[in-house]
Amino acid sequence: MDNLDGVVARAKAELAAAETLAALDAVRVHYLGKKGSLTALLQGLGQLPAAQRREAGAGINSAKAEVQAAIEARREELAQAEMAHRLAAETLDVTLPGSRVDVGGLHPITRILQRIQTIFVSAGYRVEEGPEIEDDYHNFEALNIPAHHPARAMHDTFYIDDVHVLRTHTSPVQVRTLERSAPPLRIICPGRVYRCDSDLTHTPMFHQVEGLVVDRGISFAHLRGTVDQFLKAFFAADLPVRFRPSYFPFTEPSAEVDIQCTQCGGAGCRVCKHSGWLEVMGCGMVHPRVLAHCGVDAEVYSGFAFGMGVERLAMMRYGIGDLRMFFENDLRFLQQF
Amino acid sequence: MKFSKDWLFQHVDAAIGTAELVARLTMAGLEVDGVEPAAPAFSGVVVGEILAVAPHPEADQLRICRVLAGPGAIRQVVCGAPNARAGLKAPFAEVGARLPDDRTIGAARLRGVESFGMLCSAAELGLSGDHQGLLEFDAELPVGADVRAALALEDDLIEVDLTPNRGDCLSIRGLAREVAAVLGERLKEFPIPPVAAAADDRLPIVLHAEGACPRYAGRIVRGLDPGARTPQWLQERLRRAGLRAIHPVVDVTNYVMLELGQPMHGFDLAQVRGGIEVRHARPGEVLTLLDGSEIALDGKALVIADAERPLALAGIMGGRDSGVGEATVDVFLESAHFAPQAIAGKARQYGLHTDSSHRFERGVDPELPQLALERATALLLAIAGGRAGPVVLVEQPHAIPEARVVELRRSRLTQQLDIAIPGARVVEMLTSLGLETVAETDAGWQFRMPSWRFDLGIEADLIEEVARIHGYNELPASLPALAPELRVPQENPLDAVRSALVNRGYQEVISYSFVPPEIAAQIAGEGGVRVANPISAAMSVMRPSLWPGLLLAARHNLHRQQGRLRLFETGLRFSDVPGFGQQLTVAGLVTGDRDPEGWNNARDKAGFYDIKGDVEALLQALGVAPSIRMERAGHPALHPGQCLRLLEAAGKELGHVGMLSPAVARELDFGQPLFLFEILMDRLPLAATPRFRAPSKFPAVRRDIAVVVPRQAAAADLLAVIRNTAGRLLTEARIFDVYQGEGLENNEKSIAVGLTFQDEERTLRDSDVQAAEAAIVAALTSAFGARLRGE
Repeated sequence: MDNLDGVVARAKAELAAAETLAALDAVRVHYLGKKGSLTALLQGLGQLPAAQRREAGAGINSAKAEVQAAIEARREELAQAEMAHRLAAETLDVTLPGSRVDVGGLHPITRILQRIQTIFVSAGYRVEEGPEIEDDYHNFEALNIPAHHPARAMHDTFYIDDVHVLRTHTSPVQVRTLERSAPPLRIICPGRVYRCDSDLTHTPMFHQVEGLVVDRGISFAHLRGTVDQFLKAFFAADLPVRFRPSYFPFTEPSAEVDIQCTQCGGAGCRVCKHSGWLEVMGCGMVHPRVLAHCGVDAEVYSGFAFGMGVERLAMMRYGIGDLRMFFENDLRFLQQF
Repeated sequence: MKFSKDWLFQHVDAAIGTAELVARLTMAGLEVDGVEPAAPAFSGVVVGEILAVAPHPEADQLRICRVLAGPGAIRQVVCGAPNARAGLKAPFAEVGARLPDDRTIGAARLRGVESFGMLCSAAELGLSGDHQGLLEFDAELPVGADVRAALALEDDLIEVDLTPNRGDCLSIRGLAREVAAVLGERLKEFPIPPVAAAADDRLPIVLHAEGACPRYAGRIVRGLDPGARTPQWLQERLRRAGLRAIHPVVDVTNYVMLELGQPMHGFDLAQVRGGIEVRHARPGEVLTLLDGSEIALDGKALVIADAERPLALAGIMGGRDSGVGEATVDVFLESAHFAPQAIAGKARQYGLHTDSSHRFERGVDPELPQLALERATALLLAIAGGRAGPVVLVEQPHAIPEARVVELRRSRLTQQLDIAIPGARVVEMLTSLGLETVAETDAGWQFRMPSWRFDLGIEADLIEEVARIHGYNELPASLPALAPELRVPQENPLDAVRSALVNRGYQEVISYSFVPPEIAAQIAGEGGVRVANPISAAMSVMRPSLWPGLLLAARHNLHRQQGRLRLFETGLRFSDVPGFGQQLTVAGLVTGDRDPEGWNNARDKAGFYDIKGDVEALLQALGVAPSIRMERAGHPALHPGQCLRLLEAAGKELGHVGMLSPAVARELDFGQPLFLFEILMDRLPLAATPRFRAPSKFPAVRRDIAVVVPRQAAAADLLAVIRNTAGRLLTEARIFDVYQGEGLENNEKSIAVGLTFQDEERTLRDSDVQAAEAAIVAALTSAFGARLRGE
């Protein structure tokens, strides 16, 4: 049996020296393969006297099992080492930045327009649009602003020809919508508008959103409630809102709407010219003459309309100080939104 | 309109501070634009009297004045003012006085002569820009009195930005009426007694223009003292309203306009031949106005004329020849009512805007002309003496606006304001504004409108007045009970466009719709829609394409070290077809590196295929890709070899993709290639609702072929031949390689196509695929002379 112990010891030593799975397999074949040394010992049992065979067989089998176990253990060791090696080889500097794919962005005016639309559309308003080269009738006459009316001086109008202007407000879309759809009606009309004015606080093009609700029994209270809720929703704050009497030829009564200055909280600052209030929109009850122009019976229906300057709202929401930046399209500005 | 608070409160019985007045005006709809003190801060300035003037021994420009600064206080003052003369009273800054520019006056020595104090001009006290000479005081002002007290300078000037409907507030009296109503206070009486005629001098007055001037009051005043000066208090009131004193007659008419709201005019009687006619101008007539400008009158211009010629542009501006001057002794005063529609637009037509036209355009109380004329006469006689003739009043009675009667229904008032205001309170509010109750019933009231309120004509106007006086913010607020309605969702394809482009790295820009004509011409040729009155030449053409705006935005950013750009814009583009084309468009621009800079990113430049890929992705995102055709084309702004046209199914042009033509790029000063696309959203087909098809249960087979074809063969044609030949088994043909160069002839290229075959009903046999592949190769050979690469 000394011989057998020696074989096992040798096998173990060879296994310990095997550094690869291939070498390991060679050791396995050498000892346990068809022509392996332990296999050969088993095959040689027949030559022993029958009385010794049982004991010798058990010895060889036990040695075989021991070598087999040693092979499995070594195989596991080698597999783990190989995995460890692979993992080490595949290790990256995960702090390097990922492959860059730039995502673009929307213009801040678009973002504000979308915010306004989302608020109104969720309340059942439809979005209507209209032409930017507008005829005098829809831009002025139908809105109760006849030729030479002093109110026309409130609009520094760009003219295209005798009967066409660049629309000075999005209100003509109200008229166009009322002309083709009977009340009840709830719409907002976003878009570009134009005024012949260019200085620190005016750009010759800007954006407005006009709103119009026409139905039976619409009241000034409804206008106040709607505008108040909209402003609180838009600014996501319980801002004080106030209405001041004003004048627009196409509404009566008319009002300007102020919110408490978002900059100073009403204490008075440069932004609000120390009044504590910021003007954010104009509104009023649709003038009966406007309804009549559109074929709507003002005795049956009444309505309210409001209009806001989108740039102004964007400036308040984002803290932008200079109106003109909106149209310079400087990426260092645009990419902030 | 700028007004003095002190003056206002001489007409209203109220004692409130400036801040409260401003707040109340604002909340009544009279927006306050600004408040300023009547004079800047200064102290130590008194009324001085120059007792004697002596020449300065060392300087011709300077004189030595002895100034009385108070009882027994005589000062020696060196003064350079040309109007310094003995007997003149002028502001005198004592030693120690502080002037508005923060200067403290000290004793000084001027060219060797001692000077104790300073005689001041109006400019030095911040009262006006006039620094021509000393401010000349009335002789009545007490010597030694503090100037601030003597001129009542502790006053605030309030600028109200009146809306065009409130012409009635363009006077102190009108504002006072409004303020009294808003505060619920009393409007003080302001009686204007008539001035009896002292002579029977009169000019005949004839009104020709029907309806334009329904009432004209005129009066002659003879024998004015040509040396008379407008008194300090009146000059001061003019100044506080932003007007300059010019001549007693002009000052008085201006004063009455500020006080009562009636614009007036004074003619030099010596220049009026015959009588006064109000008529439309005759062809060829010209008029030189007071400001010196000469205008050619058209037949619609309303003029005041004498027997021979036009004297004034009615209600707008007087003529130079008939204006009063230093030599004037006899005047004819005009106080007329011009209908707003007769004046509206006329001033603007001649490039004018005057205090008079501003008021007449908005409507002046037709009951004012005689009152104003009496008031002006009284003031003028007090200032310059003279004898007044009788008032001559001529009218077109039928054309004088009648006081309108407007019904106000209680039910409507309650419904519109959602509040029940007691009837008595309604009447109180409206009568405080000058309305008169004509009738009252259970249903409501009939009110007669005051003659000065041109803006009240319908029930809604009265509802506004009630709301305004009640206070807008004291009214209830609620949400309308809108019947919920479930509708087909409104989809805006622009939203999909924006999100697709943003996800592909594009930044949205918004550029002006008007662009420089030369850039518009480079892109779309000459012509286009022009703005008649542009802000500048560079903003005079409505964009015929969105590319000019994108190119300008690109240039702006390239000049600011942003070399890699992906920009897009959406909006209308314009064309000058009859009725004007206004097409909703999306356009994009790409320049610079294909990928953003990064250690792991490729460094090559973006090219045509990148922007085309973006367009294809965009069309796919919109769900319309299969119905869009693309073909090689030409475009004036694009590189002839890199230009693609998009067409919808019916063959209408949808837009272009391509490289900016190097010639245009050079013209616009671009140093790197730019790529552009533009798509007309209006013409894009609607995305069809997808119809589901079950995916095949059987395996797909892929075969790759590489064919050598002439270089000019178009890949799209090749794919078309492949698809037409292969039939329904071919589910996809994808070009995965294009090669030209070594191993091929110069005029050849190799295109490698991956072909995917699949059947929905069975597993394909090798023979099926081989047959299809062979047919494809044969078709390509016959169409392009193609051969399989490597054969």
